[in-house]
Amino acid sequence: MLGRKKAGDICKEVFRRAKNDPAEVLLFSEAQNLTRFANNHIHQNVAERNVTLIMRLLRGKRIGLATTNRLDAEGLDRLVERARANAEVSPEDPDYPGLPEPADYPAVQGFDQHTADYSPQDRAKAVGELCRQTLEKGLNGSGLFSTGASEIAIANTRGVFAYHVSSNADFQILVAAEDSSGREQGSGWQVSKIPVESLGQLAIKKAQDGKNPRNINSGEYTVVLTPYATEDILNMLNYYGMGAQAVLEARSWMCDRIGEKVMSDLVDIWDDGVDSAGVPTPFDFEGVPKRRVNIVEKGVVKGPVFDRITATKMGEDTTGHALPPTMRSFGPIATNLFMSSGASSAEEMIKSTKRGLYISRFWYTRLVHPRDCVITGMTRDGVFLIENGELTYPVKDLRFTQSYVEALAEVESVSNETRLLMSEFGGQATRVPGLKISKFTFTGLTV
Amino acid sequence: MQTLMSRALDLAQSHGAQYADIRLVENRTESMQVKNGVVESLNFSDSMGFGVRVLVNGAWGFSSSLYLTEEEIDRVTKQAMEIGRASGLVHGEKVDLGPPVASRGTYLTPVAIDPFTISLEERLGVLLAADAEMARVQGVRVRQSNLVIIREKKWFANTESAYTEQTIIETGGGIVATAVGDGEVQSRSYPNSFGRQQVTGGWEVVLKWDLPGNSERIGREAVALLSAEPCPADTTTTVILGGDQVALQVHESCGHPIELDRVFGSEAAYAGTSFLTTEKLGSFRYGSEVVNITADSVRPLGLGTFGWDDEGVPAQSTPIVQNGDFVGYLMSRETASKLSMASNGCMRASSWNRIPLIRMTNVSLEPGEWDLEDLIADTDQGIYMMTNRSWSIDDRRYNFQFGTEMGYEISKGKLGRMLRNCTYTGITPEFWNSCDAICNQVHWTMWGTPNCGKGQPSQIAHTGHGAAPARFRNVRVGVYRQ
Repeated sequence: MLGRKKAGDICKEVFRRAKNDPAEVLLFSEAQNLTRFANNHIHQNVAERNVTLIMRLLRGKRIGLATTNRLDAEGLDRLVERARANAEVSPEDPDYPGLPEPADYPAVQGFDQHTADYSPQDRAKAVGELCRQTLEKGLNGSGLFSTGASEIAIANTRGVFAYHVSSNADFQILVAAEDSSGREQGSGWQVSKIPVESLGQLAIKKAQDGKNPRNINSGEYTVVLTPYATEDILNMLNYYGMGAQAVLEARSWMCDRIGEKVMSDLVDIWDDGVDSAGVPTPFDFEGVPKRRVNIVEKGVVKGPVFDRITATKMGEDTTGHALPPTMRSFGPIATNLFMSSGASSAEEMIKSTKRGLYISRFWYTRLVHPRDCVITGMTRDGVFLIENGELTYPVKDLRFTQSYVEALAEVESVSNETRLLMSEFGGQATRVPGLKISKFTFTGLTV
Repeated sequence: MQTLMSRALDLAQSHGAQYADIRLVENRTESMQVKNGVVESLNFSDSMGFGVRVLVNGAWGFSSSLYLTEEEIDRVTKQAMEIGRASGLVHGEKVDLGPPVASRGTYLTPVAIDPFTISLEERLGVLLAADAEMARVQGVRVRQSNLVIIREKKWFANTESAYTEQTIIETGGGIVATAVGDGEVQSRSYPNSFGRQQVTGGWEVVLKWDLPGNSERIGREAVALLSAEPCPADTTTTVILGGDQVALQVHESCGHPIELDRVFGSEAAYAGTSFLTTEKLGSFRYGSEVVNITADSVRPLGLGTFGWDDEGVPAQSTPIVQNGDFVGYLMSRETASKLSMASNGCMRASSWNRIPLIRMTNVSLEPGEWDLEDLIADTDQGIYMMTNRSWSIDDRRYNFQFGTEMGYEISKGKLGRMLRNCTYTGITPEFWNSCDAICNQVHWTMWGTPNCGKGQPSQIAHTGHGAAPARFRNVRVGVYRQ
């Protein structure tokens, strides 16, 4: 890791080259390690060290960007030259409100030295024990164990300097039998809090319980979802509508729904960048402090998250959810989502179901229609029929096509435990419960 | 450069590696995006670094860094060795790479006009002109356009005396018009969806695409879709897919399941496995008689076209489906040796900080004999669907569901009403066995998919897919209520 001082020095070196031009530097530094296993052995095992600088340089209302991982004098010279050249040919940007002012950032805890130092031998030891067990049981274990640390620093010529160092760990295991599988995941910034062994046992049990799945008809079912499936619902609602840009462009599921009660009373969704129950970062990619944003309260849609551009356009205050300037077209996005827990255990949700499906996970979900956030995808890694309050037998995977907004309107109960999960695309962590939803539409079967 | 590379290889061997390779990559990407008349992003990006891959006691280790110094080469190589030894603590069969690879030479993407010689003003001018044309269409809410040019220099060396230098040049661009009204959001894209069409080639392709010249049409189509009839609900009919949609169908339902690492379970926990298991090779009816699919890394313009893959294996062409029969895989040295075969050069890493994985090169549906007009005239009832809007497929690549931006009813051999929100679904081998006609070379285009995800940590690959419009019978359409 570079450390706060070195990161600050690099930013200053860039500003020195920018001379009198207002400018901003976004610095990412990472040291990541990932052990991947399949067929009960480690087959890929990698490490990476990288530092990336993104510069935004202003010539009046004209903006130029440049990106590099060359930190030597020549690399920094070229970074500034290119950003300046780009600014000079760009038309004036009427939407950009200028560089933000310095701010105070709350202290958040998100770094654990033990996690940052976790070695390939440590990861191999944990993976090896589970692979030994899956092999013994005639099962096939695969997955990953990643650990690492990253730094983000944001500085601008108005005096902003924000720095945050964090650690990260993610463990995923998929255990497969001939015609079944079970998968579990644990994430966080402290590797010691991930219950690797028990996650492995759960995956083994689900793979064993899921053997000899039967076909059932597609159609409408009550479903009991694990947190893994709930995470997909939140992520999709986020990508396709929790940011103000999507609302401005009238493509968000929030459009015409803000202030309306469109989900169950049991649904509370918020974003909180400083809560250590997630993977916190106290500021956004412009160095603006993150605010807690209540997105859905007791089923009522409260509104999106904002960056400074969308806040200015919509007459609101920024909530500190800007993405890096190279991703501006996407607009702001929630990066630390939470959904409230409820009062039921997973067992109670199953017990209260006369006929339905227990869904372990959704897979390959994609948007079919934006305004209702209609999503299609497959089930994966364990689907079980529920009859008269009991799991009766495993069933083959199904395709669903379902509005996620309407699904959350049909939430009957929420689990009393939540799980913190890292997004498939990295950097984003979501803490979610399991859900029981009274109506969910399955539209197809697989082989 | 060679000195640094040799240092890593010598060090790995002296520390007990039975095999090692090193890749140095220097990537320069220049991208620009315009939205509603505003240049939202004009970014020049440089990335440089190296990755060292070692085989120690039959197990893999890999490490990478941005710092190109002798000290860092040593640290990274030793770390790769340590990681390789840790992999050996949970080992399977020892890795066998088959025959040695000792390729040597240089490769440069052929371009008529080097895109890096085109001024920023000229490049921006194309996008601003396209934006202005879309703005002429009343009802277009969001106008987007973008261009990207990439030059990637890659140096590769291994302990089997391979040494190659490559420069790959890519050019991409596209426009999207989005119209909104009455709860509907409809987009039209050109030349391809999800931002852009992309190829290995130069500025000449941007001139050929003529983004400004197609902008008003795209805008009008987006607005017209708002009031178009919805796709017929949950019915079975004949479908003609446009070449752009066929390309994605090939990518998802053929390209991924023929990746031999997936077949062997390497991606089981993430991307999934494949229904095309090894006992099916040479004995499985994948499609109908007219279906011929090839994987190659030599065709002009393909995003999978190069000199050597990231194991130093030369570019080549491999039949995948011949007259409907499944006959080939995408392979690496390690996976090919398990089938007592030789690699066909499909190992590709997305950057210096990633290991090579089996990735699609150019997986293409070979052209048939039909003219598109004749094919439509030959179709009594059906739907012509074009330009992908959404895609989803199960973890063994059987059950898929795709949506397209636009469709047209076909009635008595003629195109009829425009249709919106078109979707179709099926099971891969059933679908390809229902293909009874493919359009000819005139309609065949090398499409680019610059956003193919695979692996952990994630890698985004650029793949090519030649395709022409094709006809499929008895397809389930209109899955979602309108």
